[in-house]
Amino acid sequence: MRLLVATLLIAGCAVEYLVVGDGMPAPLTKDAVLAESGRDVFVDREQGHCVLCHALENLDVPFQGNVGPDLSDVGLRLTPAQIRLRIVDASVVNPRTVMPPYYRTTDLHQVAESHVGETVLSARQIEALVVFLSLQRKKA
Amino acid sequence: MRAACIAFLLWASLASADEVISGYEFLTPETQALQDDDFANPGMLWVEEGGSLFAQQCADCHTQGSNGNLEGVAARYPAFDQDAQTLLNIEGRINRCREIHLQAEPLAYESKALLALSAYVANLSKGHAIDVDIDGAAQRYFTEGRDYFFRRKGQFNLACSQCHDDHWGRMLRGDRISQGHPNAFPGYRLEWQAMGSLHRRFQDCDAGIRAQPLALGSRRYRSLELYLAWRARGLIIEVPGVRR
Repeated sequence: MRLLVATLLIAGCAVEYLVVGDGMPAPLTKDAVLAESGRDVFVDREQGHCVLCHALENLDVPFQGNVGPDLSDVGLRLTPAQIRLRIVDASVVNPRTVMPPYYRTTDLHQVAESHVGETVLSARQIEALVVFLSLQRKKA
Repeated sequence: MRAACIAFLLWASLASADEVISGYEFLTPETQALQDDDFANPGMLWVEEGGSLFAQQCADCHTQGSNGNLEGVAARYPAFDQDAQTLLNIEGRINRCREIHLQAEPLAYESKALLALSAYVANLSKGHAIDVDIDGAAQRYFTEGRDYFFRRKGQFNLACSQCHDDHWGRMLRGDRISQGHPNAFPGYRLEWQAMGSLHRRFQDCDAGIRAQPLALGSRRYRSLELYLAWRARGLIIEVPGVRR
């Protein structure tokens, strides 16, 4: 099993996270999160707006995208640790991925001045997504 | 069964990796109709304005003088200019002409006058197939533009190629991703409610992936324009195109 400790720089302070295999077992924050707020992160344009590229059958939102895989059964396919890593930095699993890294600030180029040093989503938003997505267990 | 076969063949023909498909094909029928009708196409206002400016300032040399008319010329731009020793797009060519032949100040990028003139000149090549020269002195710009197209950038860490080569045809919510061809520009974007240059479109793309946009008319955007023109070679110029 591959063990990798990646260091992330957020606003000057280093945050370490642990990649085990193709997952990230430890939550990014110990704050309690609700699946309902994960749904909002998934849908809201000002938050993750995951629905731009991904579809969920149990989601009453029009025009769901299909650039990324359908996530209706993601809770059956992936563990919370695997979901977390794919949101934090999917390129760890697949270097050619089109999925943006939502919790990475290093090794990026030409980042807009207004976003330099910032992650796309907060630790709390990502943990809410992990809970929400783990509950998507629709059988095909 | 027959309908399914036809649907599959249609899909297979659209999915062919080599096929160059204009952004026009990714529009709704309503937007296509807006582009098709010269009286309804809002971009024609800029073309007409450009026609007036051209008649006042450029026609002495171009339609009556030895330089002839400019039909088809925009299909060969951007092009390396020996005198200027740089790669010029139509906007740059117009400003170069003003500087040398009219002893006039360059028009600001995205100004009403430069948009109008460049739309007019590009419209003279409407229906012509894009055919740019990427050899010789143009080659290093071509390479630079290609590098920009394939380079991941911005907070979203995306390259142009990932959407417009690898995932065109897929849906981003209600919008089908196009192949990202330049043949509509200068064009009228519904999002802008105005005419805009290809470089303004690049700035929107860069901002969309949270990359720092480059300057209008900058060398890297001109190089990207050359790479895109080569990538779209054979595609018909539609200026003034209408896009969402």
